Amino acid sequence: MMELFVSEGNPHCLKVLAALEVTGVQCGVHFINHEEKVVPFLSRPALPALLLPSKQHIFSSNTICRYLFELNGPESSDQCNQWLEWEATVLQPALLRALHMAVLQGKGSEVSKVLQSPLNVLDQSLGKGNMSYLTGKDVSVADIVLWGALHPVLFNSSLALSDHKFVKAWFDRVAAMSGCQSAAQKVLQGKGLEAMKSYMQRQPAPQSRDTQPCNSSPVESEEGERVVSEEEMEAAALTWRKDINACSQTTEKQHPIMPKEGMRNVLITSALPYVNNVPHLGNIIGCVLSADVFSRYGRLRGWNVLFVCGTDEYGTATENKAREEGLTPKQICDKYHAVHSSIYRWFQIDFDFFGRTTTEKQTEIAQDIFWRLQKNGFLVEDTVEQLRCENCQRFLADRFVEGICPHCSYPEARGDQCDKCGRLINAVELREPQCKVCKQTPVIRSSKHLFLDLPKLETQLEQWLEKSTSSGDWTANAKQITRSWLRDGLKPRCITRDLQWGTPVPHPDFKEKVFYVWFDAPIGYLSITANYTSDWEKWWKNPHQVELYNFMAKDNVPFHSVVFPCSLLGAQDNYTLVNHLVATEYLNYEDTKFSKSRGVGVFGDMAKDTGIPSDVWRFYLLYVRPEGQDSAFSWADMALKNNSELLNNLGNFINRAGMFVTKFFGGCVPEMELQQEDKKLLAVVGWELQQYIQLMDKVKIRDALKHILNISRHGNQYIQVNEPWKKIKGGESERRRAGTVTGVSVNISCLLSVMLLPYMPAVSQTIRDQLNAPQSCINTMLLGPGSFVCALRAGHRIGTVSPLFQKLEADQIEALKKRFGGQQPEDEPSNKKITASSQQPAVVPAPPAVAEVKTGVGADPEKAKQLAKAVAEQGDKVRALKSQKAEKDVIAAEVSKLLDLKKQLALAEGKSPEPAAQKGKKK
Amino acid sequence: MALRELASLEKYLGLKKPNKYSTQGDKKVPVLQNNNAPPLVGLVTIACHLVKEAKRSELLGCGAEARAVVQQWLEYRVTKLDGHAKEDIKTILKDLNLYLQDKVYLAGNQFTLADVLMYYGIHSIILDLAVQEKEQYMNVTRWFDHIQHHPGVRHHLPPVAVLRNRLYTSRHH
Repeated sequence: MMELFVSEGNPHCLKVLAALEVTGVQCGVHFINHEEKVVPFLSRPALPALLLPSKQHIFSSNTICRYLFELNGPESSDQCNQWLEWEATVLQPALLRALHMAVLQGKGSEVSKVLQSPLNVLDQSLGKGNMSYLTGKDVSVADIVLWGALHPVLFNSSLALSDHKFVKAWFDRVAAMSGCQSAAQKVLQGKGLEAMKSYMQRQPAPQSRDTQPCNSSPVESEEGERVVSEEEMEAAALTWRKDINACSQTTEKQHPIMPKEGMRNVLITSALPYVNNVPHLGNIIGCVLSADVFSRYGRLRGWNVLFVCGTDEYGTATENKAREEGLTPKQICDKYHAVHSSIYRWFQIDFDFFGRTTTEKQTEIAQDIFWRLQKNGFLVEDTVEQLRCENCQRFLADRFVEGICPHCSYPEARGDQCDKCGRLINAVELREPQCKVCKQTPVIRSSKHLFLDLPKLETQLEQWLEKSTSSGDWTANAKQITRSWLRDGLKPRCITRDLQWGTPVPHPDFKEKVFYVWFDAPIGYLSITANYTSDWEKWWKNPHQVELYNFMAKDNVPFHSVVFPCSLLGAQDNYTLVNHLVATEYLNYEDTKFSKSRGVGVFGDMAKDTGIPSDVWRFYLLYVRPEGQDSAFSWADMALKNNSELLNNLGNFINRAGMFVTKFFGGCVPEMELQQEDKKLLAVVGWELQQYIQLMDKVKIRDALKHILNISRHGNQYIQVNEPWKKIKGGESERRRAGTVTGVSVNISCLLSVMLLPYMPAVSQTIRDQLNAPQSCINTMLLGPGSFVCALRAGHRIGTVSPLFQKLEADQIEALKKRFGGQQPEDEPSNKKITASSQQPAVVPAPPAVAEVKTGVGADPEKAKQLAKAVAEQGDKVRALKSQKAEKDVIAAEVSKLLDLKKQLALAEGKSPEPAAQKGKKK
Repeated sequence: MALRELASLEKYLGLKKPNKYSTQGDKKVPVLQNNNAPPLVGLVTIACHLVKEAKRSELLGCGAEARAVVQQWLEYRVTKLDGHAKEDIKTILKDLNLYLQDKVYLAGNQFTLADVLMYYGIHSIILDLAVQEKEQYMNVTRWFDHIQHHPGVRHHLPPVAVLRNRLYTSRHH
């Protein structure tokens, strides 16, 4: 049995009651309140609603009507469907406005105006076929639905239908049906518009966005091309004729770069990568690459830019890594600093200085800031309860404790932060803490420490933040994360630690301690600059002349927006504080979890082994830069973007333009006589250039890249339409036309080379080499609002043109994907999901139970994930035992467990298990 | 936009000869030009027509009740999802999330046209979601991921990563 729920005075219920009467379908009818909730999953009340025998709900009137008609009759025709869709999408919005006016605002006279256009459509259609009903000779569901919709406004004689005689005849015909009359009586109770008042009052006010009259004749239309005005074209042609700026020759940097009076002095930092690991793609795009693009761009804009970065080297993680590798912390730092440097060199990261935090200068500056904070009364002493592992004989750094999150009960929360809920944690608050190394339960010991008194600095901080965030370009996530920190209230933060590998605390009472890395590391920006130039204070204590940009991933925001500024504000030495905080979101890797222990994912040192050029890596990472939202790295997508955007779009355009000059004009740029069409192109290209500059100025690096690609798309289209390769074989005027098109195109290539420079420096230079373009063009086009000038004049001789990009073949990409462990989302895992879920009627995603390990056939990503974790944990355990010089046979037993786990992991990953033991020393 | 959806749908359905389309009015309502019949107007109308042309009427639901459910969501797509106001997004996601809690597809266990058109329509919303929101609307996300990986459906739209697999390890603090 079906149940229909309706309410009095609800115009949508008219249709369904009429349909019920007309079809004679058996169904229970319940009159309820407008606000009563019938459909369990909708948050707003929705009536009418039909409860099907299968207990599913249908909650819109047209679908209900249609269902009622189809129960006893044929499926509704295309014509019928079209009317129902028109009613729901065109007529209803107009009716809602009309009823709103008539019922609530007493403006009944306006109704005919609002309904004019849909009524015209209806009238024309009814008149055309001279039909009794909408779809022919017989009543269909379309007639009932449209009648029901129009009844509240048409039954009332105040709305004259004199202009719509076909509508009037049709309406009267349908209204005369007894089913319709009885439905109208039930819903409106003979009270007319007044009956709908309480219903209408509960409806949201209609939006006025569909006031445009509905066009009844289909019009061909193209997807949005920007309209270019006459003035824009003339202005573009004027710019085109401007001279290139011959005077600015200062492309060579002169070290040390110092702030200069009268220039925009821009200091750029990239978050300091931690030294104990090889950086991966996420680190690279999140900090150094983004900062590099922006600093290269800044130089093109004529700013005085200094870009510094370096490795962050102190802390427990380094100590531990050293223990693992049997080296001293210093040796570890030397080793990995070199690794980082060489990776960034390969990625062409153009640091002005790439330093490190373990230097004399670091000690000097950190201790100076410390004493100033002490002197100004921003440091407080307190006893701290700390976790100590008696088994390992040391205090446990936060990241070496794991336990249950006190906030969200996530079982694998780290000692400093919970990865699940993101909240910061005090290690002693963890429930059931475990030493990560040996899995023993640590004990709580107390020890005296120094704290930075953040609450005392809060007012100052807020005043500064207010100014900085409103005048600078902070990314939305940076502002939001900062706000949420302040909202939760600041607490004193401990700045000392019981460790050896760190900057020593100079205070005599804290001799055995070092600075906590969060306090120490950002000071690295200053000390690294100090290692670059002894005049470092001209950058770092000069807020009036210097603008500071910090680049980072979003997890680093609070340390740059709250904590470090508090250190500097409290030190009261006129420090340069951040003006623009640029934070990226996360970059994901395919559909598989990124894992160092399984070797899944791409690390900086592996990128060059792929044989894909550094510029192409840069391009793709910037193309998917997690700007404003998370994004994903995918091999297939990388190949696609390389082949479609670089090869077929950008590379193809630049190569064609150059080849035409070489083949048709003997390598010399031909004379150009601009016609309307060419000027229009100049205007369009000029507009894209301006967009690029506006976006780049706001550090929207990914968005700006799209405009470069738009330009070459316009260029390709221009060549395609004008066919210079045909015209060159034609008469004199056609040949001249071919010359103009070729000349304009090759100049667009020149502009593209400049715009590309921050993204793909090597390709950019290659293009200019091929075009033999003057270096001075670089400095001209991106100044001010941007100007597309004719840099390669008629008669200019270009160099040798050759293709810029290579195709990435499917098998090549397939091999790389396998090698780096990523999985193709289109492949088996998803299919498997589909079949698995269609077998069960209800799918509630549940975490897979940690089942006993069985040697399965074929790959099983879920199992692999669990096993990888088990392998990592077992590995940690073995290493810990070894470092503690445990009994030989105890170690041997654990090692054999580890090997077994590795074998199972290989099986679960679909690889053939191989003996992983005798591979020499592996990190 | 609607035209691209229809082109993708044609590919999914394996229709050999592409149809001719134009658009109508401000909102660019798609129009299917028919040689020997009057043109058809409206995304849902045309989509249903294409499904029947491809003889894949199971995509419209098997049986009257299932057909009603499919129609329900197609109507939802063009009335609630299209042209939604920004403040409606949360309600839409919340409702869908609750609805999909115990369902694989919009019509229960059967993949239908409703999934295809809802997927096309909701793509821009999902694309804009933060990771946390994707987690909050877990059932929608699961359904969405499912449909975007359904063979042959995605075509004109970029894939949206729904899993939270960080490339970043959190730095020490």
